[in-house]
Amino acid sequence: MALPVYATTGQRIGYYSFLTYCGLVFFFLIAPIFVVLPLSFSSSPFFEFTREFMSFESEAWSIRWYKQMLGICDPDAVITTVCTDKWMRGTVNSFYIGFVSTFLATALGTVAALGLSRPHMPFKGLIMAILISPMIVPLIITAAGMFFFYSKLGLTHSYTGLILAHTALGTPFVVITVTATLTGFDNNLIRASQSLGGDTMRTFFKVIMPLILPGVISGALFAFITSFDEVVVVLFVGSVEQVTIPRQMWAGLRQEISPVILCMATCLVALSIALLTTVELLRRRSERLRGIKNR
Amino acid sequence: MSSETLSGPILTSDGIPLKVSLRKAEKRNKIRAFLLVLPLLAFILITFIIPIGDMLARSVDDRYINTVFPKTFEIYKKWDKQDLPPEEVYETMFFEINAAKGFKIGKASTRMNYSKSGWKSLIKKSQRKFKKIKEGPYKEQMIAIDKRWGDPLYWKALGEMVDPTTMGYYLNSVDLKYDSNKEIIAQPENRRIYNHTWIKTFKVSLLVTLFTLMLGYPIAYLLATLPLKYSNLLMICVLLPFWTSLLVRTVAWMIILQQNGVFNNLMVIAGLIADENRWKLMYNETGTIIVMTQILLPFMVLPLYSVMKTISPSYMKAALNLGASPLHAFWKVYMPNSLPGVSAGGLLVFIIAIGYFITPELVGGKDGQMIGNWIAYHLKTTLNWGLCAALGSVLLFVMLVFYWVYNKIIGVENIKLG
Repeated sequence: MALPVYATTGQRIGYYSFLTYCGLVFFFLIAPIFVVLPLSFSSSPFFEFTREFMSFESEAWSIRWYKQMLGICDPDAVITTVCTDKWMRGTVNSFYIGFVSTFLATALGTVAALGLSRPHMPFKGLIMAILISPMIVPLIITAAGMFFFYSKLGLTHSYTGLILAHTALGTPFVVITVTATLTGFDNNLIRASQSLGGDTMRTFFKVIMPLILPGVISGALFAFITSFDEVVVVLFVGSVEQVTIPRQMWAGLRQEISPVILCMATCLVALSIALLTTVELLRRRSERLRGIKNR
Repeated sequence: MSSETLSGPILTSDGIPLKVSLRKAEKRNKIRAFLLVLPLLAFILITFIIPIGDMLARSVDDRYINTVFPKTFEIYKKWDKQDLPPEEVYETMFFEINAAKGFKIGKASTRMNYSKSGWKSLIKKSQRKFKKIKEGPYKEQMIAIDKRWGDPLYWKALGEMVDPTTMGYYLNSVDLKYDSNKEIIAQPENRRIYNHTWIKTFKVSLLVTLFTLMLGYPIAYLLATLPLKYSNLLMICVLLPFWTSLLVRTVAWMIILQQNGVFNNLMVIAGLIADENRWKLMYNETGTIIVMTQILLPFMVLPLYSVMKTISPSYMKAALNLGASPLHAFWKVYMPNSLPGVSAGGLLVFIIAIGYFITPELVGGKDGQMIGNWIAYHLKTTLNWGLCAALGSVLLFVMLVFYWVYNKIIGVENIKLG
């Protein structure tokens, strides 16, 4: 939408104020994310832009909180919050729970999406609604239900419980992305492969998989970030033993107000940029593969 | 089929009618498709649907107290609810309190306390003092230990628990309760919290939906009409918050909105507000609304964008060509075409907003608490799980109604990600 050369002054004013409005909205969307970056290098224990900090005085800038995040304790620091290895343990746990549940969610979700995309699927609408429901039901309700039921099975305060919960939360994303990739999938390719003597497994890995791989990977990334960011279920189903990054950040915000949160936040922003880039590249590749011109 | 009437049914090479053979093949295909879905379906049923069902069951479940006082309740049912219960009710109660172990009686008395506060301390006190009572009649001796045993209100409150199921928690979740004759009445003024919270939850969700629409519609329009190389770049601005951790975004907003935060500092430097009366933007409802609007904005923009992308630009051009002013053309041509996107985005944002818990908890303060926070509070702090489940079930029901509407209008399979 560009302004034609013959636009009147009124139209010009309207157009530019529209652009300004949009600019402000984009600023509203994106600016808060980058507020944390500079503050994570502040030496002050408060979440504030102090005058010294803004005038780039060297004492006001430091990487001490990053050191704390990594569990390196500074013996002669003036203000020391309790030095813990919780952040590092949280990181390890987050990746562990994230990877295992992503793997399970991707495997289950991809196979289910293959079934759902077949032309002869019975009760498709109902089954789809059930499979998507973990994404729709508010997390607090999911957490309450899981807490009640898993405690009967002795799964609360265990990694198994958290992994099962996160797998359930991640599968809708895999199902959605893989079914989206499968729309317009040419079923003749499967017939061709079978007529040439490929058995089910061979057809799957040699014909179907390469074509739906972009969808599978982006679904997996969605599942991973869901698990990685999830805090409500972790709070209620997990225990202090299963501390994850979001849980530690939650504790950091509720109890100790430690600036280490800002360092972790910065790392998480970097991670989300990396994941977003990957997903975008995959989406474009997938559209190219399926011959869909830019929508 | 004319061919059938001419030469009989068409047969396959092995002599089976084609129709039968086709039906068989189709059935096989159906089973095969279903078998592929089965593992995930079973997994979701066990790890997700059954837990939700468990919560629903818990919201009406009142069996526990019946396992602690089975005989007392049996005799209690025969009582005419006049004055005080007969001696034998006291007697069985006495023995059943003595028989119950510490944990069991504690849990039961907590339940009794929900219908009449005072029961818990009465039971606790009685447990200690009952040792003095060696033999019957028990009625007078129990009243001598604590005169609450002689208060008919306490006894009448038990009537609500004799059934294995109760609607009490649901009544409680909308500020009602049973009175001593099991009639439904309103909670006393000072104990009404939930209706207020329900209204607030809907109000906040509606406002957030409205604000995301106001902010999201123009940028979705811009994204849909800009040339692709620009819109792809701007799309990142929408997708990056979507991919960034919820907690990170909440922390960022806490830095911005606090009293000495970025926003207030800038306003003071700009001279727009005085240093001593900085705006209170956090730990109240305003904070909850601002932060939730930013967090949920991508959920509005993405559905709007995908609908707007399908509206051909030539519609607008045609309207302009026919003499409509740009605003008129937009209102009469573009807007109606984009309505499916508005309903999709609006429903999605509303559905997500009513169940929010983390953001109101962190930036909402006392004033910005939503129903999700009360669910968490009863789950972790008061351990009143029946009430927690009832609140959750009502919320779930509201959600499902909107989900159903969403499914009817848009269809779940059309949810797009990125």
